[in-house]
Amino acid sequence: MRERIEPGVVVDGFRVGACIHKGGTGSIYRVDVPPSRDPGFPIVIKSPLLGRGESSIGIDSFEMEKMILPTLGGAHVPRFVQAGDVTATPYIVMEWIDGRSLAEIVERAPLPPGDVAHIGAALADAVQSVHEQEVIHLDLKPENFMLRPDGSAVLLDFGFARHARYPDLLAEEQQFAAGSAAYVSPEQLQDDRGDPRSDIFALGVVLYQLATGKLPFGEPDTLTGMRDRLWREPVPPRALDPHVPPWLQEVILRCLEQSAADRYQSAAHIAFDLRNPEQIERTARAERVETPGFFRHLARWWRGRRGRHLRQHGLAATPGPAVIMVAVDTEHPDDERHSPLQWTTAQIVSLNPELRLMCVSIIKSAPIGEGSRDSETTTGKHLEHKTRLAHWVEPLRLPPARISLHVVEAADAADTLVELARVNHVGLIVLGAPAASRTRIGWWRSAASTVTADAPCSVHVVRVPERRPQR
Amino acid sequence: MRAFFSPVANGLSSHRPVMKHCPAMLIALLSDIHANVSALEACLRHARERGAERYAFLGDFVGYGADARAVVEIVERFAGEGAVVVKGNHDEAIEKSSGYFNDTAKAALEWARATLSESQKVFLAALPLIERDQDVCYVHASAAAPGRWDYVDSRSAARRCAEAAGTAFTFCGHVHDQRLFFETPRGSMSEFRPSAGTPIPMPTHRRWVAIVGSVGQPRDRNPAAAYALFDRGRQEITFFRIVYDASRSADRIRECGLPGSLAYRVELGI
Repeated sequence: MRERIEPGVVVDGFRVGACIHKGGTGSIYRVDVPPSRDPGFPIVIKSPLLGRGESSIGIDSFEMEKMILPTLGGAHVPRFVQAGDVTATPYIVMEWIDGRSLAEIVERAPLPPGDVAHIGAALADAVQSVHEQEVIHLDLKPENFMLRPDGSAVLLDFGFARHARYPDLLAEEQQFAAGSAAYVSPEQLQDDRGDPRSDIFALGVVLYQLATGKLPFGEPDTLTGMRDRLWREPVPPRALDPHVPPWLQEVILRCLEQSAADRYQSAAHIAFDLRNPEQIERTARAERVETPGFFRHLARWWRGRRGRHLRQHGLAATPGPAVIMVAVDTEHPDDERHSPLQWTTAQIVSLNPELRLMCVSIIKSAPIGEGSRDSETTTGKHLEHKTRLAHWVEPLRLPPARISLHVVEAADAADTLVELARVNHVGLIVLGAPAASRTRIGWWRSAASTVTADAPCSVHVVRVPERRPQR
Repeated sequence: MRAFFSPVANGLSSHRPVMKHCPAMLIALLSDIHANVSALEACLRHARERGAERYAFLGDFVGYGADARAVVEIVERFAGEGAVVVKGNHDEAIEKSSGYFNDTAKAALEWARATLSESQKVFLAALPLIERDQDVCYVHASAAAPGRWDYVDSRSAARRCAEAAGTAFTFCGHVHDQRLFFETPRGSMSEFRPSAGTPIPMPTHRRWVAIVGSVGQPRDRNPAAAYALFDRGRQEITFFRIVYDASRSADRIRECGLPGSLAYRVELGI
C-alpha cells in the first residue's frame, strides 16, 4: 500500500511541508527536518506521479532518477539525501536549490545578447558537469534549470536521463513528455537515447528562446509535428530580431544542427564561445537572415538521412578533454623552454582534430602605487603580448577555429592559470618546468609547482632536456 | 570525493532499503570455469576480499582447459561448505556422449574424462540442473527447460527464462558474455551490457536475468576472468573482470597436448 505524500504527513522521519511545485511528473514539497537528521542544507521531498492505469513511464522515470541522482556530484545538481522504494512509498529527498527557475527568466525573453551569453555559459557549465559524470540529461528545458544567486546553474529532474554505466529503464519507451516536445533532439525522435549531443541540441533551443523569445520548432503536440525538425531549418534568430549579433546566431544555429556531428561536440565548447564571443569562428550560419527555403530544407533532410545510417545505437563516447591550455611566457621570448613547449603542444593537439588550444600569457600587473598607467599603454601592452602569442602558436599551423589567444594581467600567475582552467573546462594544462638553478626571471619558475598542485585537470610539465656534463 | 559524499549526507542516505525478509548476504556467482584453475583462484580471491559470504557455481567446470581435476576439487570443497552448485552441458558430457561438441571441445572433454577421479565424476553426475532459493534461481543455461541447454542470448530468451524461473532474480551462465536483462513494466525484457565494478540496483518489482560471464574462457576479446557479486540485502549486482595470468593457463593447455586453438582462445579472450 502506497502512502500518500501530502503536507503534514511524516515519511521516514521527514515531515512534509508546503507544496512548492506541482508538475506533470510529480510534486515537490518543503521538508521540516528534525535537528537529528539535518543534512546541513535545506531539503525538499519529490513525490512522483504514479497514478493507476497511467503509462508506466512515471515508475520508470522515478527509478531512473533514484538510480542516477546519487551518483552525481558537484555544484550543478541538487545533492541527494534519501529515496523511498517504488513499491512502498516512492519519494526522493534532495537539496533545495535557492534561486530562480529559468522558466521565469525565459518569460522575459528576448534578453539582451550579453545576458543570453552570460546565462547560456552558466547553463553549458552545468550540462558539461553532468556529461563529465557519464550522464546525459535528455530533458533539458527552462523548467529543469535553476539559477543560483551567484549566477551558476543547477540541473533538475533526471527522470529521463541516461547513465552510461546503468541500465536504461526507459529504452523501450516510445512516448515523450509533452512538455519537452519543443526541446527534443532529432536523435531522440529516432529512438536513440545514447548521444550526449542531444543535450547540446536542447540547449540550443533554450538559447534560441532566450535570444528571440520564440521556439525554433514551435511546440508541436504530435509526433509528426516533432519530426518536423528532422528536415525543417529553424528561422535564423537574426531574421526575427536584427539585434541578435552574428556570433550569437552562430552559436545557436550550430547547436541546432540536424546532424549531431555538425553541432558543438561538447557543452564546454559552447560555454567557452559564449564567454569569448570575439574568438568565435563565424561561418555562413552567422550571417543567415532569410527564412530557409525548400532547398535548405531538402539539404537538412538529406543530411539527417545520412546521419541515420551512420548512427549507432548504444552510448556515444563521453567527451574527453576538449580544451588544452598552454601557458606561454611572452615576457621572456628568448627563454630556451619555448621550443620544447611548442614541440610538446604540437604533439598533443595533433592527437585529435577536436582538441582546441587556449594560449595564455600572464603578464605581471603593475604593483599598486607604482604610478598611474594610462589605459592606452595598458592596451598597447596587451596588444603587443597578443601579437607575441600569435607568433608563438603560428608554427603549429592550426586553423583559427582551434586556437584562442588570451593575455591576462595578474599578480599571481599560478592562481590565474588554475582559475582560467576551471572556468574554461580545460582538460590539460601544458607549461614549462621551473628553471634550473640559474637565476632566470620568469613567473613560471614557481607557477609550475603551484599549478600542478591546484589544477582541476591534468598538467603536463615541459622541461628542457638536461645536457650531459662534459667529461 | 565530492560534496555529496559528505559524512552528514552519507549518514542519512540509505536509498536502497534493506529488505527485512532477506538476510543481508553477498553471493559470488561463478560460471563457465572450464578447467581454468588460475582464473578461478583469482576470482575467488577477489570475492573473498570483497567479503563474499556465499558462493554459487553455475556449471561448466570442465572442458576447454587443462585443469579439470583441480577445478572440480575446489568446487567440491565449496559444495561441502554449502555452496550452490548446478550442472553445465560440459559437465553432463563427462557421463554422456559428447556428440554435441566440436572436435577441439571433444578433445578437452576426453582429457577431462582421463584426469577426473571416479568420485569427481560421480559428484558431477549427481549435480542438479537448477536450484531455487527464495527469490533467486540458479541455472547454467535457461530456466525454461534447463537440460535443453538453450542460450539466454536475446530478450525473448531472457523472458522465457524469467517466466519459467518464477523468481525475481535468475542467474545463469552458458553464454560467456556478461549481460543483464530486466523486465519492463509492460512485461517485455530489456537488455544492458554492464561495465565492471558498478553496483546496479535490482528492485524486485521487476524480474532480472543476469548472465554472469565466464571465469575461464571469456570471449569478448578481453582475457580477464568474468564473475559477479550479488548483494542480496541491498538488491544489487556488481559485475567484475579480474586480470590473472592467462598465459599460464594457456601454457598448461599446451603442456597437456590439447589443441593449440584452445590455448590462444584463453590468451586472447576469443
